[in-house]
Amino acid sequence: MLSTDEIRRIDHEIALVPVRKAASIEALKIVQHHRGWISDESLQAIAAHLGMSAEELDSVATFYNLIFRKPVGRNIILLCDSISCYVMGYEQIYTHLQALLHIKFGETTPDDRFTLLPNPCLGSCDHAPVLMINQDTYRDLTTEKLQEILKEYK
Amino acid sequence: MERPLTQHINFNRSSLNLKDYQSVGGYQAVEKALTSMAPGDITKMVIEADLKGRGGAGFSTGTKWSFVPMNTLGQTKYLIANADEMEPGTFKDRMLLEGNPHQLIEGMIVAAYAIQANISYVFLRWAYKKAAWLIKHAIEEAYTAGYLGKNILGSGFNLEMHLHTGIGRYMCGEETALLNALEGKRATPRTKPPFPQVSGLFGKPTIVNNVETLCNIPHIVNHGADWFKDLSPGSDAGTKIYGISGRVNKPGLWELPMGTTVRELLETHAGGMKKGVSFRAVLPGGASTDFLVEEHLDVKMDYKSIAAAGSRLGTGTMIVLDDQTCPVGFIHNLEHFFAQESCGWCTPCREGLPWTEKILLSIENGTGRPEDLELLEMHTKHLGPGNTFCALAPGAMEPLQSGLKYFRADFEKHIKEKKCPWR
Repeated sequence: MLSTDEIRRIDHEIALVPVRKAASIEALKIVQHHRGWISDESLQAIAAHLGMSAEELDSVATFYNLIFRKPVGRNIILLCDSISCYVMGYEQIYTHLQALLHIKFGETTPDDRFTLLPNPCLGSCDHAPVLMINQDTYRDLTTEKLQEILKEYK
Repeated sequence: MERPLTQHINFNRSSLNLKDYQSVGGYQAVEKALTSMAPGDITKMVIEADLKGRGGAGFSTGTKWSFVPMNTLGQTKYLIANADEMEPGTFKDRMLLEGNPHQLIEGMIVAAYAIQANISYVFLRWAYKKAAWLIKHAIEEAYTAGYLGKNILGSGFNLEMHLHTGIGRYMCGEETALLNALEGKRATPRTKPPFPQVSGLFGKPTIVNNVETLCNIPHIVNHGADWFKDLSPGSDAGTKIYGISGRVNKPGLWELPMGTTVRELLETHAGGMKKGVSFRAVLPGGASTDFLVEEHLDVKMDYKSIAAAGSRLGTGTMIVLDDQTCPVGFIHNLEHFFAQESCGWCTPCREGLPWTEKILLSIENGTGRPEDLELLEMHTKHLGPGNTFCALAPGAMEPLQSGLKYFRADFEKHIKEKKCPWR
């Protein structure tokens, strides 16, 4: 079941496009924003509202990197693993993050505080290595800075 | 030296709002175009200026526009700014988006008028959170000031503008895949023809242009085609936003005349290599371009000169490979990215890129075999131009084929010593 607020927001997006299905990505974003991830139940509810099959919507949901089809933690760490960050040592940052959080890429801490994911180029290559946590970008990373940065996220 | 695109960008101040932008001549090009020029005159001017697409392909912008059917009164047409900057090592559009969002909006309005589009989108990368906020706000300001909406400046021209933020996939930068993403589908590429200029978003005529390309448009309209050509002493017109990342003293971005040499960028602007490391090679225009090495340092960074040296200008943002970084690991990192981001639509790319990545990883980890190098060579042919649906796999093969050429001894050493000499 979609909430009234979710339906209102999705309908706003539907009004902007010539066919209902075209709002599918926006609808996934809206529901994920409310619920943190897209469960099978959420997927079916969105698909029904857009007049498409759940399978077709799942083909869209699983195509994109930032729609989560599994539960994630309260805070998402996206560590850039692309070329400039490779040259500037993202691997040390990753090793240090693993030591601090005891999780690898694709995993969530047992207290649901953090999910750690690799991410392609974040477009701050002149300040590599780079990571994002939720909406915030951190540049010129060093292993020393990591602990301070993580403290901000409860 | 003139720097039309970045002259008003100052990151020590906040981004230019509508008033700031107007006070430095902003929206004069919209006024000039909509009140005194016919749409065809603008396209003609952009063709004469020889503006080429700054997103990587380098196609003539005005020529692209000229393929859009005109005399189509009442028919929906679209203009899209491709701001899905996701080429690894590329960060130039971010500066334009965050520094001066109205410059992009003005370029889009003029471009839309030239092709008589009535709906426009900024297709923005999700990671650019600050840019998203700034552009959303700038679009609202432009509506309030009457530069967007109905009957703009009393000209009878109407234009709506929307911001769309993506949800992450490199393929979205390919223009037909971008259209599928905007239609709420998987971002796989489309068959051409029909070209988007004739049948694009929702089957309507559509132009997709890169951010830097569109930001040049107001300046061309204000100052003319000859002025634009004179910005560069070389064979390609205008300025270019060049960038450098890697182990250099001052990584960053600089707007310079088209055709600035690799050496000037590296030594004068990026301040040379960091202490203790030396230069080995550079990818001149993002992850999907061929390496250039020491002998190419005096190559001019323009379309023709770089092609003659065996590479491409691409996005003009360079990634430096130094002697402390393993070239096999470097290339493995690139192919890992391409294998992951392949959309899976066509077989050579879907199957070939993961295979390539696995071979490179085994070489890097010391389990490579001598015949693996032939296998890699084979992939550079099978995944090359003409064998795949779009340019992703051929682009992925560019650093691999040139890497095999310039770093052959390093590959062989990994295989012979059964380990990475850098680890």
